[in-house]
This record gives sequence, C-alpha cells and structure tokens, in this order.
Amino acid sequence: MLRGLRHGVVTTRWPARPDPYASGWRGPAALREPAGHGPDDLAALCPTQAISTTTDGMLQLDQGRCILCGHCVTQRPDVFEWSTGPAAAALTREGLVVPEIPDTDGNLAAIREGLRARTAALRRSVHLRHVDAGSDGAVEQEIQALLNPVYDVHRLGIFFTASPRHADVLLVTGAGARGMLAPLRRTYDGMPDPKIVVAVGTDAVSGGLVSPSYATAGGVAETVPVDVWLPGCPPSPFGILHALLLALGRLPAGRPRNPEKGQ
Amino acid sequence: MTASATGSPGTSGPGTGGTNTSMLATAPAVPWENVLREVAAGRRFAGLMATQRPDGVLLTAHLADAAGIATAETVLQPGTGGYPALTPRLSAAFWYERQIHDLFGIIPEGHPRLAPLVLPRGAADPPPRPGAPGGPEIIVPDEHLLPRHVMGPGLFTIPHGPVRSGVLESIEYLVETPGEDIPHLNMRVHYKHRGIEKRFEGMSASDGVLLAERTEGVASVAHALAYCHAVERIAGVEVPRPAGLFRVLYAELERVANHLDTAARLCDAAGLAVATARFGLHKERVARLVSRMCGSRFGRGVVVPGGVSAAPGVPGADFLAEIATLERAITGDAGTLMGTASFLDRLRGTGPLSSRRAREHGALGPVGKASGFSDDARRARPYDAYPGLGLGAQHEQSGGDALARLRLRWDELRQSFHLLRQATGQLTEVGDELSGAGGGPLRAGCGVTGGRAVGWAEAPQGEVLYDVAFTGGRITRCHPRSAAFHNLVLFHEVFAGDILTDFPFIEASFGLSVAGVAL
Repeated sequence: MLRGLRHGVVTTRWPARPDPYASGWRGPAALREPAGHGPDDLAALCPTQAISTTTDGMLQLDQGRCILCGHCVTQRPDVFEWSTGPAAAALTREGLVVPEIPDTDGNLAAIREGLRARTAALRRSVHLRHVDAGSDGAVEQEIQALLNPVYDVHRLGIFFTASPRHADVLLVTGAGARGMLAPLRRTYDGMPDPKIVVAVGTDAVSGGLVSPSYATAGGVAETVPVDVWLPGCPPSPFGILHALLLALGRLPAGRPRNPEKGQ
Repeated sequence: MTASATGSPGTSGPGTGGTNTSMLATAPAVPWENVLREVAAGRRFAGLMATQRPDGVLLTAHLADAAGIATAETVLQPGTGGYPALTPRLSAAFWYERQIHDLFGIIPEGHPRLAPLVLPRGAADPPPRPGAPGGPEIIVPDEHLLPRHVMGPGLFTIPHGPVRSGVLESIEYLVETPGEDIPHLNMRVHYKHRGIEKRFEGMSASDGVLLAERTEGVASVAHALAYCHAVERIAGVEVPRPAGLFRVLYAELERVANHLDTAARLCDAAGLAVATARFGLHKERVARLVSRMCGSRFGRGVVVPGGVSAAPGVPGADFLAEIATLERAITGDAGTLMGTASFLDRLRGTGPLSSRRAREHGALGPVGKASGFSDDARRARPYDAYPGLGLGAQHEQSGGDALARLRLRWDELRQSFHLLRQATGQLTEVGDELSGAGGGPLRAGCGVTGGRAVGWAEAPQGEVLYDVAFTGGRITRCHPRSAAFHNLVLFHEVFAGDILTDFPFIEASFGLSVAGVAL
C-alpha cells in the first residue's frame, strides 16, 4: 500500500483536463489541407485500399481502413499527414472518410440524439463486455490497460462485467473471424436493452489487413449493429476511452471529432 | 545461408498411377527416418508444414541446431490422399499434422486423434491449400465436426470460452472434471482462425512485414524480425549495425512488456490488487516509451526488410534514464511480490511440466526454460546485433511449475535491461545517438525476386519461425510458426493434481497468445 502511495497520483484527469499523452497521440493518416485533386497512383501507396479518388476527381481517405503503417505519410508527406489526438472514433462508418462527406450533418445529429436517448438511463454506471472476434491480440491489451491506474476507468463509473446479461456496452475486436460470428451474435442477443456496440480497431471496422480472407467477414458490422466506429491498429487506450464517452454522450460539449484539424 | 535441405525427395509411388479419386492412395514412403535420426542426434524438432505445389504437396520438417534451422522435405505426388503419420513416432508433431489435415485435407494415417484443430471444415468445403494460387472464397467452420465426449464415472465438462470472462482472446477450454480435479482438458483453438497463411500470398516483401506484425500482436516485433530475417537471407543482405542495435532495443522492450503483463495477470488471478496495479503501471510506462520511440505502442512499422524504417526519436540519455527508473521500480515490486507467501503458495507446484517432457517436446521460451530445457535463438542462432552483445549467464529453472516460470521471467527481465543498456552504449560508440543524429544508413537495399528461406527470432513467448517463398517479387508461400502454437499443446499435460481454481494461474504462467495459435 505504502509503495503505491509513495508515487503520488498517476491517474490521468482526462477528459476533464487535457492530457499531453492523449493530445499528442498519433492517430490514423489524414489528408493535408486543402485536399486537392489526387493523381490515381496515390491509391497504390496503401496496402488496405484506404486511399481512393471520387468520381469528380477528389482525393479521399477512409480512416476506417487505415492500419497506421505510414506508407502514405512517409512517401507523400506533401499530401498525407498523421492525425493527432485521441478523437479517432465516429458515430457512422461514413464519418471515418476524409474529407468529410457533406450532407450528413442532419443525419449525424439524429444519430447522436438517438444514442443519447438510449444511453441516458446508464448515467454513471456503465458495464462493458468484450468479445474477441479474430483480433491479433494487441487490442485486448489496450482494452485491459483501461483498468491500470493511469486510465482507471472506474473513476468514470465504467466497469467490466463477465456476463452479457449485466452488460450495457459491447466492445468488439477483430476482423470478424467466421468461427466467432455465432458466439458474438449470441453475446449480443444475451444483452438487455438498451445496448451499445463499439467496433474497436481497424480490423473490427473494416477487416484491416487480414481481410479479405476465406476465414473473416471483413469486420463485425454484418453480425452486430455497430454504434461507434473506432479505427486504430490497435487504437490507444485514450482512443478507446474517447469512443466510449462518445457513445455515452459524455464528452465535454461541442468537441469536434478532430479539433486540431477543425474537421 | 544456414537453411539447408537435409532430406531426400520422396520416392515416387506406384500407387499414384491410378485415377480413382474416391480412394486416394497413401504415399508409400515418407522418409521420416531422416527426421527421427536428426532428432535422435540432438536436433530440435521445430515444426512441420505443407505447401501445395503443381507437382504435389511438399511436406517440410524444420530442425533446429546451432547452425540454424535445417529442413527435411518430401513431396507427396498429386492424387495422394494420405501418408504415414509422424506423430506416433514423434509426439511433438501432434498439432502440426492436425493443422496440415485441416488446411490441405491430407490424412496423416495412424494419427492418434485427428480431430479438426484450426479449421473444422465440412466435406463440401475445399481445403484452402496454402501455396496454391487462388483458393476458396468463404469457409464457415462447423462446430458439429468436433468430438465431444467425456468418459468416466461422474465426469462432466465445464466449457471456458470461447467468450471468456475478462478481456481475453477467444479460445475454448473444455475442462473435464468430476468436481474439483482436472483429469483431462481439451482445447478448441479454431474460433479465431483468420486464414493468415493464404492472406500472405501475393503480397510484396514490404507489405508482408505488416501482416507479420499483425499475426500475433503482442509479439509484433519478433514476428516482423523473423519474417525479415527470411527475406534478408533470400536477398543475401546484411543489416547495417545501428539498425541491428535498434532492432534489439525494440525486441527487448517487447519482452519486458510481455513479462510484465504475465506478472500482472498472475497477481490478478491471486486477487492482489496493489501488485496488479503496480505491474500494470510499469507496463504502461514501457508502452509509452515504445510509442515515444516510434509512434506505436507495440513497435509496429519499425522493422522492415533490410533494417529499420527510422531511428527512435529519443535521446540516448533520456532512454537510459527511463529504463533505469523502470528497472528499479520493477525490481522493487518483484522483490515484494516474491516475498508474499500467500501468493507463492498458489504458484508452487502448480501446473508442473517435467523436464523430460519439455526436452522431448522441445518446449520453447520461458515454458521450456522453467523446466530446464533452453534453446534461446538469441544465444543458439544469434541474429542482428545479438552476436556482439553479452547475454550473461544462461537462465534456467528446474521446478517446471508456475513459480519457476515466473522466476524465470524475472531473470529474463534483468537480462533484457542488461541488453538494453549494452545496445544503447554501443549505439553511442558508433556515433549513432538513439535520436539518429549520427546519420548512418539504417536500411540496406533488399530487393527480392525469387527464392525461399527460413527466418527466426526469439519472441517473449519463445522462438518464432517463418518459412517464406517468393516468385517474381511476390510471396507465394509464407508459413509463420509462433511459439504459442508449439507450446500450447503442452497445456494438455500440466494439470496433474491441480484443481479448478489453479486454472487461471496455469494459463497466465504460460503467457501465450491465441492469435499465434489459430492464425
């Protein structure tokens, strides 16, 4: 006990106070502004086909496919850069595409309102259940890290539970290995309403680098209805915490997704 | 370089002349005698894999000794449906032959338990056959193909998984028990099979290392190293010395993080909240140090074919100060933990693996070393900068129980810090500060068109092996073999006299990742 006390408080106060490790975190690749008209060969930079060109010739980057390998940032620093900060998650799959697809704002507000209505009753006692649907094993360690004294999610009224019957939030990791789809669905069905699903990591969002494969479904969205999409390979503990608070509507008000970039 | 073919090609059999596809012939002769002779002569059986080729299925056994990893090979002619199993004569092949059966549909005849392991595949589904171009689009595993039988008076089965209690990877342990003892345990590892081996095919050398990092996420660096060593061996390039030292830094930090994770899990199993928090905190500090060096908390994107992608962005003095603080804190907490009698009582005698079985099986990493069998690749077949670094005394424990495995991890942690200090010192000597101010080349040109080689690296869990083949600059076959795949099968044997409440201790003491088993 004394051994612990000697070192003072190591726990972060994020999100109430800024945390340098959170705000300095290197997130998925992003486009430098202004996002110009890209030549087609840029698509070849990405091993997971996250880079594309729209029909009107605009360069597009799907952060939901980004595995943070950095090939695009290293080879074309004039076009690509790293995003920073923990705010990588979005409430829609399309919300992970940059530059943001216009005309989704009204839709997004409705989604946010719907989520708020569902999570209002949870208040400060939220129970998480995690299911691994074919991860590489790293993202489990990042979720587990939320319990270490640095992040200590108990301070925010967030707890892990073994039983789906007691769970409010389902954290799903992995590319949707076909052997895990039925157990994943059974876990989801076993949870009482209201329930929230967070796809944690690029593998869960889009299948990542291990997809396409005969053994994966290219993400978990076909099996369970995803409410929050969190890219990252793996995402950082702050990123996971941000996604949870986003789902619960508990982020400080008015915080945009990528404040540094004004997106 | 060191990989050499010691086997003779299989003799062509008279049975292959027939075209009866429903009754496929057994290969008349597989030269297992070669493999058995090598093992009897002291080489370690390190794995068995298959590759689909136009001229049949190539079976490759990997055999490790001080000179490297040798291969013994034989070709099963097209139309051959089976071959005499190796497992009855070499028990370490038990899971390997089941894996080959799942992925290729070839029957090892005389195998003692040929149930599906990584892919329970219905008769209608063609096998994925790694090495062959193309392949099935979708294979849905069929749980009903798995045997489910318990024998004995009053025995019943407690399934742990596949959705575990706690934040763990998906695996199912079927604990067969009359109430308290665990006379038998079965494992189902197939749930998170991702088809990694097929996914490698068609990738370029530089994309392949990204997938290697994601094959077993907790040992990203070791997998990237083993893969790159194979690629570099094909290309015949030497990694620049500073790059080799940087690789050592990342590999040893990965070991520190994994061993701390194991310690935290053991403390958690014992309900020691303060100890769990302390080791969790230390592990977080390691993860933050690694992310400060390269942007990833798991050291991803650093190791590339030919060297490293960039120098760590941390000044050498800062790095040394950080690891000194870490080592002091870990040593203090480990000392207190190892003086906690109630904790040690839970580990002492729990999950024993005899040294005879460890040697027979060639148990890898801490599991083998804690039972008195050590074949550390950093020492036996050194790579990168390890030949120029002092590894210190060889660490072994003889107890073979969960306590010996934990003690061994503390020994290895001390060794890792020693290596980190040495590598940092040498980097300063050659003029390359950690921050890359020295500016020497960090990457040798590593163009690969065709060829095949075996690469290895010592992960925190034990030796990782990659057998990689290229044609026209693209991967045609890549077989990763993690320490977890080789070691987890021993789980069947370590419950002698243990009871249900010992289970979490035994599982944590192995410190393995399921992702590396099911692939």
